Amino acid sequence: MRIGIVCPYSWDVPGGVQFHIRDLAEYFLRLGHEVSVLAPADDDTPLPPYVVSAGRAVPVPYNGSVARLNFGFLSAARVRRWLHEGAFDVIHIHEPTSPSLGLLTCWAAQGPIVATFHTSNPRSRAMIAAYAILQAALEKISARIAVSEYARRTLVEHLGGDAVVIPNGVDVDFFAKAEPRPEWQSDEARGLTGKEAGGTIGFIGRIDEPRKGLPVLMRALPEILAARPGARLLVAGRGDEKEAVASLPAGLRSRVEFLGMVSDEDKARFLRSVDLYVAPNTGGESFGIILVEAMSAGAPVLASDLDAFAQVLDQGEAGELFPNEDAGALAAAAVRLLGDPKRRAGLRERGSAHVRRFDWSTVGADILSVYETVTAGAAAVAADERATGLRARLGLARD
Amino acid sequence: MTATLIWTLAVLVAIGLYLSWTAGRLDRLHARIDAARAALDAQLLRRASVAQELATSGVLDPAASIVLYEAAHGARQAEEEHREVAESELTQALRAVFEEPAQVDAVREAPGGEEATRELAEAVRRVPMARRFHNDAVGAARRLREHRKVRWFRLAGHAPFPLAFEMDDEPPAALVDRAA
Repeated sequence: MRIGIVCPYSWDVPGGVQFHIRDLAEYFLRLGHEVSVLAPADDDTPLPPYVVSAGRAVPVPYNGSVARLNFGFLSAARVRRWLHEGAFDVIHIHEPTSPSLGLLTCWAAQGPIVATFHTSNPRSRAMIAAYAILQAALEKISARIAVSEYARRTLVEHLGGDAVVIPNGVDVDFFAKAEPRPEWQSDEARGLTGKEAGGTIGFIGRIDEPRKGLPVLMRALPEILAARPGARLLVAGRGDEKEAVASLPAGLRSRVEFLGMVSDEDKARFLRSVDLYVAPNTGGESFGIILVEAMSAGAPVLASDLDAFAQVLDQGEAGELFPNEDAGALAAAAVRLLGDPKRRAGLRERGSAHVRRFDWSTVGADILSVYETVTAGAAAVAADERATGLRARLGLARD
Repeated sequence: MTATLIWTLAVLVAIGLYLSWTAGRLDRLHARIDAARAALDAQLLRRASVAQELATSGVLDPAASIVLYEAAHGARQAEEEHREVAESELTQALRAVFEEPAQVDAVREAPGGEEATRELAEAVRRVPMARRFHNDAVGAARRLREHRKVRWFRLAGHAPFPLAFEMDDEPPAALVDRAA
């Protein structure tokens, strides 16, 4: 099958959607399909062979943060050329409502189009204003995929129609087989009997983005350290480290270690090493891939009770939940879990069994099922001549 | 005078282009419904065929075989207006037969059973998908067709008003053990 995938966000900047597309493309390539990914990228960024650059993305404020998007005349022309040269059986657009390549492709293409909705933003004012335009473009999508039941609900409420739920994929074995690193493990985990009750707590995410919830964890930390003086907090992610610990009493700051950005390998080893992974995110999550990664690596998970997280954690069966933004409840749960190896072993076991459904072998097969379903009754993808508008309708277009 | 004439003409042309664009949109939606319906038919037929094969293969007990055969046969032979009921009955029969994980394991162990179970699991997973895509397209077309401009100018032409395909397509839990 010839598959075209459209990534709306810049390939230069790592992000959940980009990683999802990369893994998906590589999964299809391994199965012997032909895959081409159209993504915004700087000219000097080294790209994998299957990625086609749609030009430089422009940073614009969108949806509460600065997003790097592609739009305009040149991008539209590049999309059309890509469609024309690719001759795809199916195209898969990610995040079709973001004002970027996804929407442009929707405009320019006809034929079997599959779209994945990643975010579950509340309806923005811009979306209401652009509703008529958006609807005409979204009507062309033959199959919609939502990454969680929660994302599907928002989609149905805001845009009408329906979607199938296929979760994001994770390479479970990559995480399950990683080697723990002794310096990230607690004394207990290494089989040493520490002098004081301890344990290592892991956190991965942007330090300076409050949505990721590090401030909540910082508020809970004094209480955790009071009960377990030997505990350490390991933080992996970009951001200002001094500012992050500013709220902590000076004596406790040494219990927090910053690892900066970590590679994929180190991320897996990190998750294999910690005694407890905490996800205190306060909102804006539609899936929670990091929880799946933590469970794959066998880390017991303690997460805020966002809808998306509760769903990934099987309503608290595969990992523990605490009330969102409640530092006291977070501290109490963390202290209890760190002091209860049996409960952690139970969570580890249930988590490992639960994540199998998020493995690429399952998720990729489901997405391929969607492709096969929509291509069964339809012709291949082509540039939509009607979309060229006036010229085509007046018979002036070149063919 | 000439200016008024030019303006009137310009407005008329603009309205004409807008209506032609809307008709194009509607045409595309109808084509999408046709494609989605063809895909749904293909998946339903595939499911009934696999079910019938399993029913006649002898790996199931005689009672289950009869129930499944009856339902699969009914689904394949149903007239258009009874199709939704017949397909729902096949779904219920499949759920009844494959309710227990032990039954699924027993089929899997039979010669050729691994292959048959995989095909059936795939079929019962794809039917709800295809149906959702079909009904999504139907919903979009209906929303547009109910609009004034479409009704007044009869932009839908003679195309029949699209109908959703309603059926029970909940797959047997033991066969698709995964998150929704």
